[in-house]
Amino acid sequence: MNVATADRRPMSRGATGISVIFPTGMLGGGFPAETIERGIELGADAIAVDGGSTDSGPYYLGTGTPKTTEAAVEHDLNVLLTAAREADIPLIVTSCGTAGTNAGVDWVAGMVDAIAREEHLRFTLSTIFSEQHVDAITAALAAGAVKPLPPAGPVDAQVLRSCEHIVGLMGFEPIADALAGAADVVLAGRATDTASVAALALPRGLPPGPTWHAAKTVECGGLCTTNPQSGGVLVDIDDAGFTVRPLDPNSACTPTSVAAHMLYENADPFRMREPSGTLDTSQAEYRAVDDKTVRVEGSRFEPAAQHTIKLEGSAIAGYETIALVGIRDPNILAQIDTWIEILDEILDDRVRALLGLDRAEYETQLSPYGHNAVLGGLDPDTATPREVGVLFRARARDQGTATAIAKIANPLLLHLPLRLETHLPSFAFATSPPEIERGAAYEFVLNHTIDVASPVELFRTETIKVSHA
Amino acid sequence: MREARTLGDVADLVRSKNAGPFWVTFDIFFATDADYERVAAPGILERGNIADLYRVPPDDVRIFHLPSLRAIKISFPRPVTQGSFTDRDIHAGQQYIPLSQLPAQ
Repeated sequence: MNVATADRRPMSRGATGISVIFPTGMLGGGFPAETIERGIELGADAIAVDGGSTDSGPYYLGTGTPKTTEAAVEHDLNVLLTAAREADIPLIVTSCGTAGTNAGVDWVAGMVDAIAREEHLRFTLSTIFSEQHVDAITAALAAGAVKPLPPAGPVDAQVLRSCEHIVGLMGFEPIADALAGAADVVLAGRATDTASVAALALPRGLPPGPTWHAAKTVECGGLCTTNPQSGGVLVDIDDAGFTVRPLDPNSACTPTSVAAHMLYENADPFRMREPSGTLDTSQAEYRAVDDKTVRVEGSRFEPAAQHTIKLEGSAIAGYETIALVGIRDPNILAQIDTWIEILDEILDDRVRALLGLDRAEYETQLSPYGHNAVLGGLDPDTATPREVGVLFRARARDQGTATAIAKIANPLLLHLPLRLETHLPSFAFATSPPEIERGAAYEFVLNHTIDVASPVELFRTETIKVSHA
Repeated sequence: MREARTLGDVADLVRSKNAGPFWVTFDIFFATDADYERVAAPGILERGNIADLYRVPPDDVRIFHLPSLRAIKISFPRPVTQGSFTDRDIHAGQQYIPLSQLPAQ
């Protein structure tokens, strides 16, 4: 990898090149409307945006509900859809509804239809669904086609059946097929972050190395710029490389800001696996074209012998009840770890005595925020805290049991002394009642891929004419 | 004698984040080549001391050197899967603190 700053070689964009607006890192994240106007003035051929991530945890896939609020997504969609239709260029949304479940695609499709009605738009809409049926994945498992990714071990049919939802991450192919079928708007379920840009570029015969690298560079919108809050970017892919610049005139792409983005949320900064192969950026060269624009060449793509689709699955891991209590007493705080240990032991005894539950049948945790809740035993700072909020969590097989455990913990959280003192202390509960039922708790249980013969076989596309003219 | 400087003192930025639900990754950026070279030199950031710091197996630790970016990247599997009961940091965004306090010289 080479990062230079002074070279001002002119850009060359071949006849088959493509120019894509990537307005934000997450649909619903917001961006100034004028950045989209600017991208279209600069000759954008398409708008692509991602609506999802696993980064906020297993709840969203487990429930099939979005992280983003409807008003924010509707706002962003309105700007993007009306701009794309006016310019007559495609709009692609991937990983609709955070987790890319079928409900997520339907949720975004409902908003698109409402906007089309309001704005009197006509277009061809393709929705692509990536949710997987457990029976099909179980059959693939039996056939040896489901394989773990590090650090996962093998999965069994019981784990598959425990999943509330399983999605496969589509590559570019189902989206490219929808575009080839004349879709103006594509709303895709779970997809790799890079699938949309690749679906626009690869069918034009553009080279896969620069295409995948360009797609990875822009998948978080402005995060590859010097001012990530300012809006998205425009990326031009041609037959020799790609060029990227911000859509906000007050931001800039620099060779460092662009190259550094390959580090973000990637375990390996040089190699990134896609369903159809691996992007290798180790030989990429990043050059400044001007003070806002960066040219990247030299990225390579190694096609895989076997096409694989990554699976994500989220299962209910129990039900939780929590409570928050504040401690300000310096005598307790001087021995906060001991206080927690004593509480833990007494609670265990009482739960066993009163509910007849064994330690394997429930979990509790006392997290002392203000002390070491975030780092635990790894925390290098062991100073006595001034104030601590102890977050109590109980997880059990059902909500009633979790709350029963929390209610047994209640008098301990309120009054537990460090030792037999002259009077019983009382600590500061944050709410009344202190117990807050959190409902089902979810866990990611799949970190596996499935071998497929065709890159589109796990995905289902529906195409309709939307006409509210 | 000068006070010992930590990695956080020497680096321009030390950050941590999930790399998917099953990995955590740390990025360390330096403002100058000299700072980068001081920390990239053998003996400062090794698999062994990272493993000790985070109580993970040394063989799981991956370290990448990116001299042209003046950056060092460290990745290992999350000891606890994101969002599971004992996960303390859903996005792993605060896990860089022990790393930033390593002695850097």
